[in-house]
Amino acid sequence: MAGRGWPARWPVIRQLRGQDGRGEAARSRRTDALRPRTEDAATVARSICPYCAVGCGQLVYVEGGKITQIEGDPDSPISRGRLCPKGAASKQLVTHPGRQTQVLYRRPYGTGWERLDLDTAMEMIADRVVRTRRETWEDTHEGKVVRRTMGIASLGGATLDNEENYLMKKLYTALGAIQVENQARI
Amino acid sequence: MAECHPVGFQWVMEAKARGAKVFHVDPRFTRTSALADRHLPIRAGSDIVLLGALINHVLANELDFREYVLAYTNAASLVSEDFRDTEDLDGLFSGWDPETATYDPRSWAYESTPEGRPSEQAEGGARHAKTAGPDTYGARGAAVHPSPPTDPTLTHPRCVYQIVKRHFARYTPELVEQLCGIPRDDFAELAEAITANSGRERTTAWVYSVGWTQHSVGAQYIRTASILQLLLGNMGRPGGGILALRGHASIQGSTDIPTLFNILPGYLDMPDAGRHEGLDHYLELEGGSTGFWGNRRAYLVSLLKAWWGEAATEENDFCFGHLPRMTGDHGHYTTVMNQIDGIVKGYFVVGENPVVGSSGGRAQRLGLANLDWLVVRDLALVETATFWLDGPELETGELRTEDIGTEVFFLPAASHVEKEGTFTNTQRLLQWREKAVDPSGDCRSELWFYYHLGKLIRRRLTDDEIDRPVRELTWDYPELGVHGEPSAEAVLREINGVGPDGRALSSTSQLRADGSTTCGCWIYCGVYADEVNQAARRRPRREQSAVAPEWGWAWPANRRILYNRASADPEGRPWSERKAYVWWDAERGEWTGHDVPDCEIGKPPGYVPPEGAFAQDALAGTDPFIMQSDGKGWLYVPLGLVDGPLPAHYEPHESPVANPLYAQQANPARHTYNRPESPYNAPDGRFPYVLTTYRLTEHHTAGAMSRPLAYLAELQPELFCEVSPRLAAEAGLTNGGWATIVTSRAVVEARVLVTGRMRPLRLGGVIVHQVGLPYHWGWGGGGLVTGDVTNDLTPLVLDPNVYIQEGKAMTCDVRPGRRPRGPAALDLLERYRRG
Repeated sequence: MAGRGWPARWPVIRQLRGQDGRGEAARSRRTDALRPRTEDAATVARSICPYCAVGCGQLVYVEGGKITQIEGDPDSPISRGRLCPKGAASKQLVTHPGRQTQVLYRRPYGTGWERLDLDTAMEMIADRVVRTRRETWEDTHEGKVVRRTMGIASLGGATLDNEENYLMKKLYTALGAIQVENQARI
Repeated sequence: MAECHPVGFQWVMEAKARGAKVFHVDPRFTRTSALADRHLPIRAGSDIVLLGALINHVLANELDFREYVLAYTNAASLVSEDFRDTEDLDGLFSGWDPETATYDPRSWAYESTPEGRPSEQAEGGARHAKTAGPDTYGARGAAVHPSPPTDPTLTHPRCVYQIVKRHFARYTPELVEQLCGIPRDDFAELAEAITANSGRERTTAWVYSVGWTQHSVGAQYIRTASILQLLLGNMGRPGGGILALRGHASIQGSTDIPTLFNILPGYLDMPDAGRHEGLDHYLELEGGSTGFWGNRRAYLVSLLKAWWGEAATEENDFCFGHLPRMTGDHGHYTTVMNQIDGIVKGYFVVGENPVVGSSGGRAQRLGLANLDWLVVRDLALVETATFWLDGPELETGELRTEDIGTEVFFLPAASHVEKEGTFTNTQRLLQWREKAVDPSGDCRSELWFYYHLGKLIRRRLTDDEIDRPVRELTWDYPELGVHGEPSAEAVLREINGVGPDGRALSSTSQLRADGSTTCGCWIYCGVYADEVNQAARRRPRREQSAVAPEWGWAWPANRRILYNRASADPEGRPWSERKAYVWWDAERGEWTGHDVPDCEIGKPPGYVPPEGAFAQDALAGTDPFIMQSDGKGWLYVPLGLVDGPLPAHYEPHESPVANPLYAQQANPARHTYNRPESPYNAPDGRFPYVLTTYRLTEHHTAGAMSRPLAYLAELQPELFCEVSPRLAAEAGLTNGGWATIVTSRAVVEARVLVTGRMRPLRLGGVIVHQVGLPYHWGWGGGGLVTGDVTNDLTPLVLDPNVYIQEGKAMTCDVRPGRRPRGPAALDLLERYRRG
């Protein structure tokens, strides 16, 4: 091995001397000191990718109450640690600045959004469900008992959890809303 | 698959590395084609011809797996003398009523039993014909006689085997060339490969996505594949099957525990006003008494007990009357028409962006603009929430913001890492997600939203009778954390079900019809067995077998391959050592193997059901398809489909090709909307090209989960259309320039990608061009990149069995340059519509 001291360990020198620039000779003191941010994570949640239905395992790294990284879960027999471009970008999905965190309200015929606090919005929505249900209630339809409302409909995405779909179907059915649909139809 | 399910595709590559041959059948050349042994470009909308010709190849050359076919399918069953095929009636099956444009399926029945009494199925058919409603299909098992007359020699002219053989006799390699555009040599290579790779020692799998379902004959596409796979003995065996690659994280779960109008959890029908008087009447009509659906009283009563608890008693039909009744189709597109007509007043849109993602975007927006109130819940401000502010109809002058009376609530949602719960993936596997952080600001889960909305609604109830179902509803879950998040585990435990001892149930067989058990979804019973969240199991893959039974939990009963009884021969021995999966252990007197056997564990292969047996007891030890009332895989469907007992090739509703097989051009039972919001392309030369739509790896459906992400937006910044060099020359398009794509619904502009990946197809003497369009863009949605809405182009034509739209095959025109703006766009549309 020719050379001594730090210049000889300088990656460029090592690569010029024929060592593989994609292997050991790419390392420097700086790269040796680099640490993955996943190392400092306070907690790691075991999750599942929210895009397609393959169901790849994800590890969600959290530090200081913030998501610092999302990576593939090597334990998963489905994905063996791999993620596709979307799954690999999913930290951006949950942290991107375009995410809305406030309730917005547009009044009838309004030309812009207004702010509304969440509790008020929930009360207003409950009022509307109860009123519309009562106004559009059908006890019978062409002489047959139907006990329903055709005035309230719902369309749900297929990235909802089973538990969420369950409460939705349960509540809507009790309310008599039957036009309950999902991406699965589409 | 490499494009839309890239990580799943690693297993195809593993198989290829071990010698599997991979064929890719797709209108365009993709990353999948690049990695396959063979790419077969096909005309969108012609797959039944290809699959039908493969069936014909198998039957004409007697290449079927005869032992499997005889034992496990209905090949030997005899069909009624009244049945007439499309081959006899020029594209119609017997029973067609042109007035109502529906079939009476009575003549499709199996032959009556030898004693001369009509079979249960014929009777079921009569009942069905009176109240025929595809809205209930997709649920439960069709009721047919468990043992119709048969001819085990398969030579009787009216046995299913011979009927299927005659039906597909005209589906030849020449027809494949003429209609699909696949040359005869390529077809021969495919036919040779799949037959050589099926049988005792080998199995072949078919994989599909919405390229098969989004057609006016979508259910029949899958049926054609089912016939082929049953004939080749590829169902219920490792490496076999017909694998639906679903495109959303829990779209499987969304049908199992449905937010769908026609079913209750576990594929139980929603009751129908015309059909069902009470619980007993409903149970009598909805399925057979044999096979596992025979236990449906226990499934339904346990569900009613889960929902209405103490209020549900034997005396009041367990509150069956609390369920609202259907009167026909209440599907997504009919609901949109009801919005336009002013019937629907309030609409919840939850994690969905229909003005971009559903067909006929303009109709969607006109519907929203006619509501009293709209609630949209999503991560970003999707176009469905902002249609009144910046939708395309404002630019054309069709709508004005100040004229739209819809009150809009936008509520931000929690992301997948900000809540816990289960997704059900495409292999029916429930996987629990742990919560990483709490959602910020007003962001909440849907679980939180619906639970607290339900509480607020219940506070507003009166003593009125119409409020009784909500008043008596069980609606009490532990609230956790600062936001009062309802416990998702408590909900999962309710879905699993609880026994009389107050403990979580461990299997569906424990469910009782007397009201002593509760269960929110019978097929999920066992996910909380032993009071343990089985979906949260994460035993690393290296520490268990390739079947990986201790990773998550698959319904039903943690089975990874459905109908796996068929992986063993009738005597219970594996068909071959190479393909051994589950088998009968005679010494121990039970089934065993690598997976949970999909049969009763102690039922010997030699079991013969006594006369009049009920439910699973009526199935023989050799019957693998345990949800069917006869335990057989159906090559021919005597009851259960509204557009025929066999698949026949019909052209898409919009097609530049005349159907050479039958006078009947398109599926006669297809569902269309004859209204101004839903125009169709004229069949003359105005729309000369085939248009098909698809996804890209770097985006997700309507874009709300991908367009706002910098990495993904940069990778795929702009809507483009793929055209062949020949079409580009014909239409005057230049690579990188602009094209305007026109249907009678909309005009859309896209960048032009001239590429050999789209090949002109030679059909007979005619060249047919196909245009490919991804559909991820919209005008806003918080997207870092925007573009026209591809789905504005697609027609509202539905498969009559399942009401799914024909989004994968239609016609269009393509013009060079950008689209006209404002009212000029409407003028152009009008010129195309008038011709």
